Amino acid sequence: MPHPMPFFGSVSLLLALGLAVYTLLAGTLSLWAIAHGRALAVAPERIRETARRAGIASFIAVTAAAFALIWAFATNDFSVDYVLHHSSIALPWYWKFSSIWAGQEGSLLLWAWLLAGYGFVLRIRHKSDITLHAYASTILAGVQIFFLLLINFVALPFAIVPGGIGPADGFGLNPLLQYAEMMIHPPMLYLGYVGFSVPFAFALGALMMRYPGEKWIAITRRWTMVAWLFLTCGIILGMHWAYAVLGWGGYWGWDPVENASLMPWLTGTAFLHSVMMQEKRGMMKGWNVWLIFTTFILTILGTLLTRSGLVASVHAFAESDIGTWFVWFLVLVLGVCLFTYLYNRDHLKNENHLESLVSRESSFLFNNLVLLAACFTVLWGTLFPVLSEFVQGSKVTMGAPFYNRVAVPIGIFLLFLTGVGPLLAWRSTSLRAIRRNFVLPCIAIIVTTLVLIIAGVRPWSADTQAAGDVGSSIYALVCIALGVGVITAIAAEFLRGANVVHTQTGKNLFESTILLTRRNTRRYGGYLIHFGVVVMFIGLAGSAFNQSREAEMSFGDSMNVGGYKVVCQSYSEDSNANYDSQFALLDVYHNGKLITRLAPERRVYFVNTDHAQPSTIVAIHSSLENDLYVVFEGTNPDNQKPIIKFFINPLVNWIWVGVVIVIFGTFIALVPPLKPSTRRVEVPANFLSPAAPPLGSVISTGAQRSGETPVFRSGSSAPASPGAPHV
Amino acid sequence: MYKRALQLVLIVFVAFTMLGASSPSARFGRLGHDLMCTCGCSQILLECNHVGCPNSTGEIADLHAQLDAGGTDAQVFKFFTVKYGPIALAEPVRGGFDTVAWIGPFAFLLFGIILILLLLRLWKKRHDRLTPVALPATPDADALRNRIRDETNYGE
Repeated sequence: MPHPMPFFGSVSLLLALGLAVYTLLAGTLSLWAIAHGRALAVAPERIRETARRAGIASFIAVTAAAFALIWAFATNDFSVDYVLHHSSIALPWYWKFSSIWAGQEGSLLLWAWLLAGYGFVLRIRHKSDITLHAYASTILAGVQIFFLLLINFVALPFAIVPGGIGPADGFGLNPLLQYAEMMIHPPMLYLGYVGFSVPFAFALGALMMRYPGEKWIAITRRWTMVAWLFLTCGIILGMHWAYAVLGWGGYWGWDPVENASLMPWLTGTAFLHSVMMQEKRGMMKGWNVWLIFTTFILTILGTLLTRSGLVASVHAFAESDIGTWFVWFLVLVLGVCLFTYLYNRDHLKNENHLESLVSRESSFLFNNLVLLAACFTVLWGTLFPVLSEFVQGSKVTMGAPFYNRVAVPIGIFLLFLTGVGPLLAWRSTSLRAIRRNFVLPCIAIIVTTLVLIIAGVRPWSADTQAAGDVGSSIYALVCIALGVGVITAIAAEFLRGANVVHTQTGKNLFESTILLTRRNTRRYGGYLIHFGVVVMFIGLAGSAFNQSREAEMSFGDSMNVGGYKVVCQSYSEDSNANYDSQFALLDVYHNGKLITRLAPERRVYFVNTDHAQPSTIVAIHSSLENDLYVVFEGTNPDNQKPIIKFFINPLVNWIWVGVVIVIFGTFIALVPPLKPSTRRVEVPANFLSPAAPPLGSVISTGAQRSGETPVFRSGSSAPASPGAPHV
Repeated sequence: MYKRALQLVLIVFVAFTMLGASSPSARFGRLGHDLMCTCGCSQILLECNHVGCPNSTGEIADLHAQLDAGGTDAQVFKFFTVKYGPIALAEPVRGGFDTVAWIGPFAFLLFGIILILLLLRLWKKRHDRLTPVALPATPDADALRNRIRDETNYGE
């Protein structure tokens, strides 16, 4: 056998496909028989169990295929076409590993692997509700089949080069992909994309089986949050990658591929909010089901945009006819969702209705509207060039100016709702509560606005007008002031709750805040996520004040930019096995002190080939105030002096800090809350008095591990008799 | 008094709005950020960072020439559309069907707001109809309700 590992990989993929097909068919048959009380030759419950086990085995088979591809990269098996096109002998091992998802075929294998992995966990943890998990497992098997069909018959990761013997060396990895984030950004993004398949499967399954109550939401909440967290991390890592690698000074270019990741994030965020209305008030059932359907459909649509060449993008994979498969899959998914919804829509009737216009419920409605409007804007902007070509015969560009004009006001409205929503009570909010909750944030907004104006953020100033940045300046002013208002509101919520705990337990404020958060991890984790998002918004607002300068810099030349003095110490060239490079060494001074030395670099990969490719290695000095972002653009062909471009990007670090807070908040929200354990205590007979707690009061010992004073809670049942034994 | 104040605000607003509006470098910066580099890098013309980019240098020279010739914004955009195609504009500003691009998102938002307001009214009416007797809002009841909210604030 000339190619044992590629053969092993191909067979594993075929086996995985067979197992997924069995999971779907056997699962469907058994669930149908159970639902309709039909007898089969074998008990339906046993068939259902075999389907579950086949699903688990499919994960093992895809894992084996992934291992085979890793092996092919590790051993430089250039007879495998995919390895030939994405690796070379000189490529360091870690880039070889990340090359697995550098192209169409490998990334689809990664997708199938992660999907099988999610399915594996779902099928292992089936005992909390066997039937619901069986439905979800069967639906997930359907999605698995689609991706396994692709990598078995359309985009083959183990295809052998013509003739069966590969060249001595491969073509290497695209230099733009040779960056630390390449190791983690695509897997994170895919974990997010693929992760939304699980809540989708649960929602569709719950609707198919007309699942009673809202327990399925409780089961899927963690799945949804985990997928959302992965997608958030994936998007942010992508932003950081673009910022540090592409060298144009920004982190978000509204490219169709970036947009494709943002759309499911927006609808997923809307789902995470509106699902609370269903849990707490039995409302918005149909809406929630469609939100999660839409989120899943958008992940597939995003993949279609990335891989079909439908829209022009610098990030997209090579154009291919794989898009047709995705279109048919989208149509199929939409058809199944629509049919299931129409068939079972009477099961989704609201149990409650809105009681007041000023309530948490109505704020959630507006929150959902704004998130969906943002999603629609992104989708509209992404697809409008295609629409324009269809109508006018020519494509138009929907660049950053379009999104800045349309999406930024929507984003600011969302920020406003982030502050307002949590301050409103469920059902209705009294005028007094509104006054009490909103006074501090309003004061914070006014004070911040004044401080910013005094500090020089003046949209009406001649400088701002000369730079043509009036709109950006106004948005930044509003965004930062509103952001501080929202942070104040969140802090006030923490403080108010902590004061209650402090009164109950006597703990100090810090300990009270910790206990408060542990008692309701979901609520206060959510507040932390909001805080992180606000910090990110403030960071994004900083882009309104970006500056840039470009200069030729020789030995000893200096340049003043944004409060920094940069002196060129030297510039040189270097060569190694993977690339040639040119770089400059720049000393950076602030207030007369040397603070760092930067080495912006320009690399040329595949130097002695016909596909030499340049790449920029940006040098960044970061602080909370701003980033000094330096790009080695090239050399002047006349005098060989390096051309250096300097950017001053204010508040960029706030974005990354905000993300860390969001991750922390999500982890807290995922932790189960501290439930006050209860125990019955003996109370002496003479303890009875009108002012004393009733006999047999249950004492909350929720925080007894930390030794605080127990708290009496009223309204509990009395023991059979005074002095009865502990229960 | 109010009329005077209003006039003053209007004058200040107009003065600030007009400040620097005719500066040639500001106009170059503004228009340069409304145009795209057409080499396929998907970058704004003045932000294209490719040394030796085959297109951006020529486009920037064209922009300078158009501004020196005294063309209006619309004329500059038209020149670029004719020479490089509609993809040279960073956003759809040619009128006609391009206007739909701008209307779409706001129409969606407006439609959504109207829909939500109607929905809220409908739900409120339905709730009011289902609530037989409203309890009187006495100061005692209000105080009790607020106390309950305060004391249970840590848990929803």
